[in-house]
Amino acid sequence: MIDKRVRNVSNALEGISDSMTLMLGGFGLCGIPENCISELVNMKVKNITCISNNAGIDDFGLGLLLKDKQIKKMISSYVGENNEFERQMLEGELEVDLIPQGTLAERCRAAQAGIPAFYTPAGFGTEVGEGKEFRDFNGKMHLMETAFKADFSIIKAWKGDSAGNLIFKATARNFNACMAGSAKITVAEVEELVPVGSLNPDHIHIPGIFIQRIFQGNKYEKRIEKRTVQAK
Amino acid sequence: MSLDKIGIAKRIAQEVKSGHYVNLGIGIPTLVANYINKKLEVEFQSENGLLGMGPFPVSGQEDADLINAGKQTITTLPGASFFDSSTSFSMIRGQHVDLTILGAMEVSENGDIANWKIPGKMVKGMGGAMDLVASAQNIIVAMMHTNRQGESKLLKKCSLPLTGIGCIKKIATNLAFLEIVQDGFKLIERAPGVSVKQIVDSTQGNLIVEGEIPEMKIF
Repeated sequence: MIDKRVRNVSNALEGISDSMTLMLGGFGLCGIPENCISELVNMKVKNITCISNNAGIDDFGLGLLLKDKQIKKMISSYVGENNEFERQMLEGELEVDLIPQGTLAERCRAAQAGIPAFYTPAGFGTEVGEGKEFRDFNGKMHLMETAFKADFSIIKAWKGDSAGNLIFKATARNFNACMAGSAKITVAEVEELVPVGSLNPDHIHIPGIFIQRIFQGNKYEKRIEKRTVQAK
Repeated sequence: MSLDKIGIAKRIAQEVKSGHYVNLGIGIPTLVANYINKKLEVEFQSENGLLGMGPFPVSGQEDADLINAGKQTITTLPGASFFDSSTSFSMIRGQHVDLTILGAMEVSENGDIANWKIPGKMVKGMGGAMDLVASAQNIIVAMMHTNRQGESKLLKKCSLPLTGIGCIKKIATNLAFLEIVQDGFKLIERAPGVSVKQIVDSTQGNLIVEGEIPEMKIF
């Protein structure tokens, strides 16, 4: 067994510095690496580029990094829930690259899988395709999209073991699984860190080979963005 | 009388067939789930990583780890499965999802759709819409026939930035059910109490009217 455990969140994020590109897992506020985001706020790193499907809300998730103007550029598919984001974007303080969600996921997966580029029909004929290479396959036009290059990938899982094997819960798997092993260093924070041997190998979603550092988060708020319930 | 949003959802629900895996967009499309015949075998895909999506939870059963693509708390039905985002879009691009229902700001007579960006306004992003429209075989658009200014949303050519080209096959509006054919919008059905003239007057793109146009049956 190769032990991937680090003592705490600050050890987990050691080496992150200004102007780096970071991937962050989650969809909306579901499955975001809460403890690592708080630590990035404490570290006061600046000018970072974030690859993340969404940009959090004003007082939670990546909104915390936006508030302190730590983010130079966001690469996302949907960013609509954040007033501070809107203000910074409209005033030109924040660069924003909006890309189709499936392309975002596949650019993460391509980085994980060592595939430098791929073709997708998404965005052909729209402004997303402007300036990109395109090609006809079987009578349909496709855009060439490239794998992301990131310094750190920061993801969150439900359970993990000392070897870095991960299990996700429900829809919190989302981009977390695609981003495992998609950067030079992948940090996984988990709700519960268990000894090796206690997870059934058949149940592992992401094998530990993709993970360099793992730790158990101190606390999880797991905020709900849109609480919807059945009418009684 | 034109249809309200629920009426549009009810009409679209009639297009859902047994065995369909269906992806529903935000807004009117979400309502469609409420009006599908319960006897049909249908599964809803949510592109954040769930197949077999169920209704909203009862109060107290909300789970922060279980949401739909609109970030609302939801539940699962028996037979449901979870997966990551790239697998989700493999289902979509790989044409394993049978039916996509989504809203639009504009549709053109050749099947182009614009639904993600209004120049000069805050742009929230396209989410999964571009992937969905680029790949789905069977896309139904749910929208009002005209915008708030009363201008047609069924156009010769979209004026807003496009989401996808030549991809829309069917449109359900508050006034009509239409199919896109080679030469334009083919009128299939009128909403209850709506005249063909009303639909003609509200459609800027080429509208094809052949023979008697039946009225929709909305239950």
